[in-house]
Amino acid sequence: MCLAVPARILLLQAGDMALVDIGGVRKQVSVALVDGLAPDDYVIVHVGYALARIDPAAAAATLAAMADAGINAGALA
Amino acid sequence: MRRDYHRPLDVKRGRVDLAHGAGGRATAQLVEELFLKAFDNEWLRPLNDAASLPIPAGRLVMATDSHVVSPIFFPGGDIGSLAVHGTINDVAMAGAMPLYLAAGFVLEEGYPLSDLQRVVASMAAAAKSAGVPVVTGDTKVVERGKGDGVYITTTGVGVVSAGIELGGANARVGDAIFVSGTIGDHGVAIMSKRENLEFETEILSDSAPLHRLVAALLAACPRIRVLRDPTRGGLATTLNEIARQSGVGMSLEERAIPVAPGVAAACELLGLDPLYVANEGKLIAIVPAPDAEAVLAAFRGHPLGRQAALIGRVTHDPDQFVQMTTALGGRRVVDWLTGDQLPRIC
Amino acid sequence: MKYVDEFRDGDIARGLAAAIAHEADPARRYQFMEFCGGHTHAISRHGVADLLPPNVRMIHGPGCPVCVLPIGRVDLAINLALERGVILCSYGDTLRVPASDGRSLLRAKAEGADVRMVYSAADALKIARATPEREVVFFAIGFETTTPPTALVLREARAAAVANFTVLCNHVLTPAAIVNILESPEVRTLGTVLLDGFVGPAHVSTVIGTEPYEFFAEEYRKPVVITGFEPLDVLQAILMLVRQVNEGRSEVENQFSRVVSREGNLKAQALVAEVFELRRAFEWRGLGTVPYSALAIRAEFADFDAERRFGLEYRAVPDNKACECGAILRGVKRPTECKLFGTACTPETPMGSCMVSSEGACAAHYSYGRFRDRAPAATPAVSDA
Repeated sequence: MCLAVPARILLLQAGDMALVDIGGVRKQVSVALVDGLAPDDYVIVHVGYALARIDPAAAAATLAAMADAGINAGALA
Repeated sequence: MRRDYHRPLDVKRGRVDLAHGAGGRATAQLVEELFLKAFDNEWLRPLNDAASLPIPAGRLVMATDSHVVSPIFFPGGDIGSLAVHGTINDVAMAGAMPLYLAAGFVLEEGYPLSDLQRVVASMAAAAKSAGVPVVTGDTKVVERGKGDGVYITTTGVGVVSAGIELGGANARVGDAIFVSGTIGDHGVAIMSKRENLEFETEILSDSAPLHRLVAALLAACPRIRVLRDPTRGGLATTLNEIARQSGVGMSLEERAIPVAPGVAAACELLGLDPLYVANEGKLIAIVPAPDAEAVLAAFRGHPLGRQAALIGRVTHDPDQFVQMTTALGGRRVVDWLTGDQLPRIC
Repeated sequence: MKYVDEFRDGDIARGLAAAIAHEADPARRYQFMEFCGGHTHAISRHGVADLLPPNVRMIHGPGCPVCVLPIGRVDLAINLALERGVILCSYGDTLRVPASDGRSLLRAKAEGADVRMVYSAADALKIARATPEREVVFFAIGFETTTPPTALVLREARAAAVANFTVLCNHVLTPAAIVNILESPEVRTLGTVLLDGFVGPAHVSTVIGTEPYEFFAEEYRKPVVITGFEPLDVLQAILMLVRQVNEGRSEVENQFSRVVSREGNLKAQALVAEVFELRRAFEWRGLGTVPYSALAIRAEFADFDAERRFGLEYRAVPDNKACECGAILRGVKRPTECKLFGTACTPETPMGSCMVSSEGACAAHYSYGRFRDRAPAATPAVSDA
């Protein structure tokens, strides 16, 4: 459930709205549910509403751990 | 009083009314000042009920399509150019050179003449650029509320040379499957203008006439088995149709299927699968494996085939499944489209 | 697309698959339930199951709000559209759900009902403002991810006193559904469904946080890994679950740390609490009546509650007797074990909820995985002629 896509904030607008970029597609979404956003932040968007900010450091750490798991498995194989 | 003088059509502010469809002077005026003016060619000019046409030797190929697209104007085209390209392509997929088009219009009372002129001008430009004239037509008008602005039906005829026998039942195990370029562009362009789904994108409809590309492909490989354009239902549905007609299966590589980044993004956003999104300027070619290289070169040598790709092979499969190796390395079935692909939230 | 493509990398996937194969104990089986329909869809669409060793299997859970929407609730919406002449606004997912008398919202539209698809709850409110002379009803469905947007729209409607707008609320709660599964006889006592852990919902958890799952991990001693939606996320989560099982742990781990925190989105939670309250009981298609599992609109927003405005009375409607959706939703049976699967019941002609939504277990299997049902002898061979 809950199809949501990562989107980059292009600019914040009045009325708790924002213009975001999703892989080249631009859309206006509501940011009423997330405080403290700035342009270039990434958020996940569900049914036209941003639900949470994506933490770039955590994302990078997750990816690194994923890659490591493979390397370790390879080393042990 | 001057005989035979009538006020020219007020294209800027006028609207289609029931008189335009009644068959009298108003109809004649609409035909002359709007349609004939735009389409003008020697076969249309006599304005007979039928056009009398020379045709070269070969087998006659005929195709027809009705166009009800909404919105009427969309990024990259409109119902007019779509109507011309769509029917040219149907004829071309039989391996035939399209020669002539007929166009029937059902207009809704109240439709602005300026918009109608825009559509007709677009049709005329598409026909001229493709070298396939509109030689005969018809116009009817329905009451307000009983139409959607404009419906267009185009019928096209062409001629196919002896020895060329393309058809959906021709695919054979081991054949190579090509697509001529990126998939999903048209459907996404249309959706970006639909009410309640508004998003901005630079994706344009890929609506284009493919007959010259087809000629180039056939020249490079007369043994092509199947040509088809994946319109409604997208690549997936068209491949399933062919698999069923030929009694074969197919095996595709997801990584090889070209999808423009903007189309991929729009599909992610709406929860759609590009494999099922309509195309209007692409074709699928199924060719014997030894001819694959020559066919790819012929594709890439044509402006409408620069991003062509080998996407899979025909397989032996009594269940006629179209299967795909995913980018991840797993496998899945690429099934028929179910109903209309609707944007989802889940 | 950033934060999407890199989490679909084939090489990393193979690496994770190798790690899972390496750490899974060949002497035992592992069965994990992915609760969320979005995970079911992702697993099927990317063919994740093919990367798992044969002793690690996924069971599809009931986390598909469309799948668990009871016929009776859809009937209410259809009725409003056909008999009461409202403009019925609905997400695309719900339009084809089969309800009573062979109807669906889409079929009702063909009969003349004014049914409109919207992408967002805000669109429904926009339509209400644009057509003040018509009653507009928004058919709200979804788990906790989708509820805050509905809450926002209700607040906006009240603030602007939009007199012709109401919401037919069918929002349901994830933890209640998970408990229902864990309490089912097949899982708890009979042991016919072996559940070693859960792949927990991604976006629901951005709203509710990871804290609500701690109860299951403790009480039922089942590990839960909150997981992102991309295939690499799922693979990493399965690896984490395998490790927990091997080490005898039953904890809540957060694989989706780039978006999910322990406390979740407090602002969204507060908004939801302001507008909605718990229903004492709610029927879930396939699961029966589940206590404290769904939300109703609070009295303060009564003017925007479609059930109050139109005096709606809910009538439960049973599923087709041969339909095994209930068992499938609980992971007790597989789609192929339902007599109707692939014959009377297909995505084109769905009989039950598991087939209607593209992420329902049956629809996912039919659309993406049917070829696995074949006997090995029938596997296609490629000959390079």
